[in-house]
Amino acid sequence: MNPILSIKNLQAHFHTRRGVVKAVNGISYDLFPGETLAVVGESGSGKSVSQLSYLRLLASPPLKIPGGQVFYRDKDLLKLSDAELRKIRGDKITMIFQEPMTSLNPYLTVGAQLIEPLVIHRKKAKSEAWQAATAALERVGISNASNAMKAYPHEFSGGMRQRVMIAMALTTEPEVLIADEPTTALDVTVQAQILDLLKSIQKENKMALLLITHDLGVVANIAHKVVVMYAGRVFEKGSVDDIFYRSEHPYTQALLKSTPRVDRDDKILPAISGNTPDLIQIGSGCPFYERCSYRTDLCQAEFPQVRLGLKGHERYCHVEKVSS
Amino acid sequence: MSLKYLLGRLAVMVPVFFLVVTLVFFMIRFAPGGPFSSEKSVSPAILKNLEAKYHMDEPLSRQYLHYLKDLLHGDLGPSFKHANRTVNEIIAEALPVSLELGLLSLTWALMIGICAGGLAALKPNTSWDYIPMSFAILGICLPTFVVGPVLVLVFGVWLQWLPVAGWESWQDRVLPSLTLGFAYAAYISRLTRGGLMEIRMQDFIRTARAKGLSESDILLKHSLRGGLLPVISYLGPALAGIITGALVTETIFNIPGLGRFFIESAVNRDYTVVMGTSLLYFTLIFVCNFLVDIFYALLDPRVKYV
Ligand SMILES: Nc1ncnc2c1ncn2[C@@H]1O[C@H](COP(=O)(O)OP(=O)(O)OP(=O)(O)O)[C@@H](O)[C@H]1O
Ligand SMILES: [Mg+2]
Repeated sequence: MNPILSIKNLQAHFHTRRGVVKAVNGISYDLFPGETLAVVGESGSGKSVSQLSYLRLLASPPLKIPGGQVFYRDKDLLKLSDAELRKIRGDKITMIFQEPMTSLNPYLTVGAQLIEPLVIHRKKAKSEAWQAATAALERVGISNASNAMKAYPHEFSGGMRQRVMIAMALTTEPEVLIADEPTTALDVTVQAQILDLLKSIQKENKMALLLITHDLGVVANIAHKVVVMYAGRVFEKGSVDDIFYRSEHPYTQALLKSTPRVDRDDKILPAISGNTPDLIQIGSGCPFYERCSYRTDLCQAEFPQVRLGLKGHERYCHVEKVSS
Repeated sequence: MSLKYLLGRLAVMVPVFFLVVTLVFFMIRFAPGGPFSSEKSVSPAILKNLEAKYHMDEPLSRQYLHYLKDLLHGDLGPSFKHANRTVNEIIAEALPVSLELGLLSLTWALMIGICAGGLAALKPNTSWDYIPMSFAILGICLPTFVVGPVLVLVFGVWLQWLPVAGWESWQDRVLPSLTLGFAYAAYISRLTRGGLMEIRMQDFIRTARAKGLSESDILLKHSLRGGLLPVISYLGPALAGIITGALVTETIFNIPGLGRFFIESAVNRDYTVVMGTSLLYFTLIFVCNFLVDIFYALLDPRVKYV
C-alpha cells in the first residue's frame, strides 16, 4: 500500500534577528490511508512547525524550507503553486488546532464558517452546504445542530468549539486529518470525549489521522503508529507496542519513564535531566547528546543513520543495544 | 443589544441636556460684557428699550425659566445681534451647510483612510506601507489652520485649479472638505492598518487559510469586519470632531456654516445664538456616538448590553 502522505527529509528554519532557528532538521515519515499516526515529543520539538510549514500556514519570511519533499499521493506539495496547494489544503488534507477558543472567527456564525470548505472546494450551493454542515455538527455530537449553526462561537464552550472545528474539518471528507494537540486546552473529562470522537470518526471514515500530542496516554489509547520527535529530529518510529514495550532509544525510554502509567506503580517519576538544546546553536550531531547517558563522541559528531528493526520499527541512535 | 439599553441611554440624555442648557445659559451671562455693550453710540433710553425687548431687564432666574419654556416648544429665541432673525432661522440656514461639509469630509476621510490603511496592511513593510503611513503621521500632526492655507496656496493660488472661498459650486466644496477631512483620513488609515494587521495575526485567520480560502476571501470575509471595528468606534469621536472642527475650516474658507455663527455669537455675546449652536453641537455629538455604538454592536456579535 502506498502512503497517502509521505514526508521526506523535511527541513524548516526560521530566519530571525537572533539567528536561524532550526526547528525541523530533516524528518521523514509516512502516513498510510486509514491509520492513526501519533507524533509525540516535548514542547518545542517541532511537531507543529513540521506540519504548518509544508501546508504554508506560517508566515514566510521568517519561515524557510531549505530542503525536503512532502508527497500527497504523487504530488510534492512543496513544488505546488499557492493556488494548487489551496485546492488540497482544506479539502483532501484538513487540520484542527490546539486553540479551540480562538480558532473560530468571532464575527461570523458557526454556520457561515462551516459551509466554507464545501462552497469553495465542492462548489456547493449555500443551502446545500448548510444542510451538509448541519449534519456534520450532529455527527460530532452537537445537539440542536440547526440552532448551533446560527449561533456565534462565543456562545460555545471550548470543548464545543473543538467539536465545531472537527465538524468543519470533516465536511469535505478529507483523506488526511491533522490534529495538532486537539485536547491540550480542554478539561480532562472533555479531553476524553474529544479523543473518543476522533477515534470513532477515524474508524468510520477510514481516513488517515495524524495526531500531534505530548501526552503518551493519548497515544496508547488511539494511535496505531508513533513517531517520536526531539529538537527537530525524528528519533524513533514504530507501532504503539514497538514504542511502549520494545523501545530501543534512550530518549524514548526516558520519555516513557517520566510518564505516569496505570499499569505501573510509580512513586516518583524521574524527569529527564537537562534542558532541550538551543535550536539556533544546534549542530550536525545528535541533539540529545548533552542529556543522554549513553553518549559517545560519535554522537556529538554526526546524527545517526536509521537502524531498522522488525516490522518497520526504526530508530536513530548510534548505540548498539540500549537496556530498558 | 436590548431595546431597554437603548431607551436607557436616551433617558440619560434628558438630564444631561438640561445640565448643558443650564451651564451654558449662566456661563455666557456671567462672562464679562453683554450683547449691547459694544454699541457705543446707543443712548441710555434706547438701551433700556433694547433690554426690555429681550427681557434682559428681568431677574436672571426669570430669564432662565422663560428660555426653558421657549426651548420646550422648540423655540430658541430671537438673535440679539441679527435684527429680525430668530436662532431657529439661522440654524435652519447654516446647519445644512455644515452638515454637507462634515459629511463630505468624513467621506473623504473614510475612503482615503481605509484604502491607504488596507494597502499598508496587505503589504506591510514595503513602500505600499511606508509612504502612506508617513503621510498619515504628517496628517495627524498638522493642524487644520496649517493644512487649509497650504492647500489654498498650492491649489488655489499657484495652480489656480480650485476656488479658495465661498460655497456655491461643487469646486467650492473640494478644498474645505479636504482640509477638514485630512487629519481624519490620516488617523483612519493608521487605525485601519493596525486593526487589519492585528486581525491577520489571529488564530482564526490561520483556520481560514487552512480551509483553503483565497487571500481575497480571507481579507473580505474574515478580516475586514473585525479589522474595521477600531475605525467604527472612532467614527463617533470623529464625527464630533469634524462637526466642531468645522469652525476653523469655515472661517478659513469663508463658508456660511454654523461654525461662523458660533464664533461670531460668542465674540458678540449673542446669548441666544450661543445657546442654540451649543445645544445643537451637543445633540449632534450625542446622536453620532449613539448611532455608532448601535452600529458597533451590530458588527460585533460579542457585544451585548443587558
Ligand atoms: N515564528 C517563529 N519564529 C521563530 N521560532 C519559532 C517560530 N515558531 C516556532 N518557532 C520555534 O520552533 C520550534 C518548534 O516549535 P513547534 O511549535 O513546532 O513545537 P511543538 O513541538 O509543536 O511544541 P508544543 O508542544 O509546545 O506545541 C520551537 O523551538 C519554537 O520556538
Ligand atoms: Mg505545537
